[in-house]
Amino acid sequence: MRRSCLNSVYDLAQRDDRVVFVGSDLAPGVLEDMKHDMPDRWFMEGVAEQHVVGMAAGLAMEGFIPYVNTIATFLSRRCYEQIVLDLCLHRLPVRLIANGGGVVYAPLGPTHLATEDIAILRCVPNMTIVAPCDAEEMARFMSVSLDWPDPIYIRLAKGGDEIVSHEENGFVIGKAITLREPGEVLFVTTGIMTQRALAAAEVLEKQGIQAGVLHMHTVKPLDEQALFQAAAGVELIVTAEEHALTGGLGSLVLETLNDAGHTGGPKVVRLGLPDAFASQYGSQDSLLQSWCLDSDALAGHVCDALPTS
Amino acid sequence: MNRPVSDSGLRLDSRSCDLRALIVRALIGGNRGHLGSSMSLVEILRVLFDDYLSFRPDEPGWVGRDRFILSKGHGCLALYALLADKGFIGHEALDSFCHSTGILGGHPDATKVPGVEASTGALGHGLPIAVGMALAGRIRRQHHRVVVVTGDGEINEGSNWEAAMSAANHRLDSLSVFIDYNKLQSYGATAEVCDLEPLADKWRSFGFSVREVDGHNVAALHSCVQALPFEPAKPSAVICHTIKGKGFGFAEGQAGWHHKSRFSSEDIARLHAALEQG
Repeated sequence: MRRSCLNSVYDLAQRDDRVVFVGSDLAPGVLEDMKHDMPDRWFMEGVAEQHVVGMAAGLAMEGFIPYVNTIATFLSRRCYEQIVLDLCLHRLPVRLIANGGGVVYAPLGPTHLATEDIAILRCVPNMTIVAPCDAEEMARFMSVSLDWPDPIYIRLAKGGDEIVSHEENGFVIGKAITLREPGEVLFVTTGIMTQRALAAAEVLEKQGIQAGVLHMHTVKPLDEQALFQAAAGVELIVTAEEHALTGGLGSLVLETLNDAGHTGGPKVVRLGLPDAFASQYGSQDSLLQSWCLDSDALAGHVCDALPTS
Repeated sequence: MNRPVSDSGLRLDSRSCDLRALIVRALIGGNRGHLGSSMSLVEILRVLFDDYLSFRPDEPGWVGRDRFILSKGHGCLALYALLADKGFIGHEALDSFCHSTGILGGHPDATKVPGVEASTGALGHGLPIAVGMALAGRIRRQHHRVVVVTGDGEINEGSNWEAAMSAANHRLDSLSVFIDYNKLQSYGATAEVCDLEPLADKWRSFGFSVREVDGHNVAALHSCVQALPFEPAKPSAVICHTIKGKGFGFAEGQAGWHHKSRFSSEDIARLHAALEQG
């Protein structure tokens, strides 16, 4: 997914001279082609995220469209004030490519786990947040990222994730995609939890339970109409996210339904990360499994929560 | 080398007094404001706007303009005075400083005020933005200059030094930073809160070409800006030795005048009296 994303930066830069790339001490060889072909629009800055985001703001104030790349934790926590004030207050078209959203860097421990990035960024005015589910969807997103007027936080998954998106669905920022029609159950997901929800839906189907999957590749602005439409007639909504339960997609879904007056509607169960730092290393999969966020566990949550079960 | 200091006995000329009168107009209009932090800036901004920066008040977004960022946004009253003086905004705007319907707030807002390049207020944001602007000029082979004014307490923020390393690494000689070194930050003396010395050596060691100047001496500031950039392929730093509250004896060097959230009738009388004395 990361390769797909960065390759797209090079493609975009070839066709639009407003595109610049700003890395923050990334691995050797990143976007080597762009560095070679467009050295004046390729920057590798130091370990200095506050400066990097401010510098991107300055470039954007001059009409450029900077794509900034580093690890998600550093690109959301370290430079939060620069994101809020330099980017969002000024409504600048800077793209923050955040490697390793969620618990991708599980072996590296809590310092590298971006588990609250959605929560802290979605409360900032003018911010847009996307979390594509696979590399092909990432490429489709990148192709429409150029002319979006506001800052975008791009939450990257680990890479090598199962391809479940479909070209015919395209990618419109702010428009959710129904990947599976709901029956009595609706999963609302983002990022790679979409694959897990689809797999859980298969498990549930064998048990006679029809579960749909509404993929929110854009967390902000949330596609409220798609949510209302998909939620109509279901008995249970299950939100699933690789993010803290505090302030993430599940919170957003609850707020949205409540604010629209959907009280008395389907029960909502939120699945995500507990209010605790990770206590083990291992892998993304093993951490998610430890929090009962693998596909079998998702199916189990549905069975436990269905009003009729 | 003898370090310049600010000459406490330096008399202000009529132009400096007139600009201070505009600041006082806004202070009284808003019944609040950063007096000390603005008064130390007046001559720096005056010389930049009179003698150095290219701009068009009737076309604030003119592509050929020099970029100016007041990174110490709390000194905005001095900037507002210059913007009014140059015709970016009407003088009457000063009367509604910090009013709910006014465009001039306690920190400058680029979305509201013509001539304000970037919204500042939180400290340590101007220099990174300026690096981006200078790089943008290089990419497009434009020749605009980028000037940032920071406070002294402001450069406690590490983001300034991140940006300084980058500016030197990119050899941005189109970029200049002016430090309003009035020696007082909110709590007290910079030497006690977080000593900046040896300040010139710090900037030099970060790759800047550095000069120090009496920040209220118009002739000295004029000579200084005419010499920019001080060296090819290096960003420049101008350490301006200033006096917080300059021109208002009761406020000079007084941390208590860093900011006032209301003025008593006695305060207002003292402000007017100081202006009349020149």
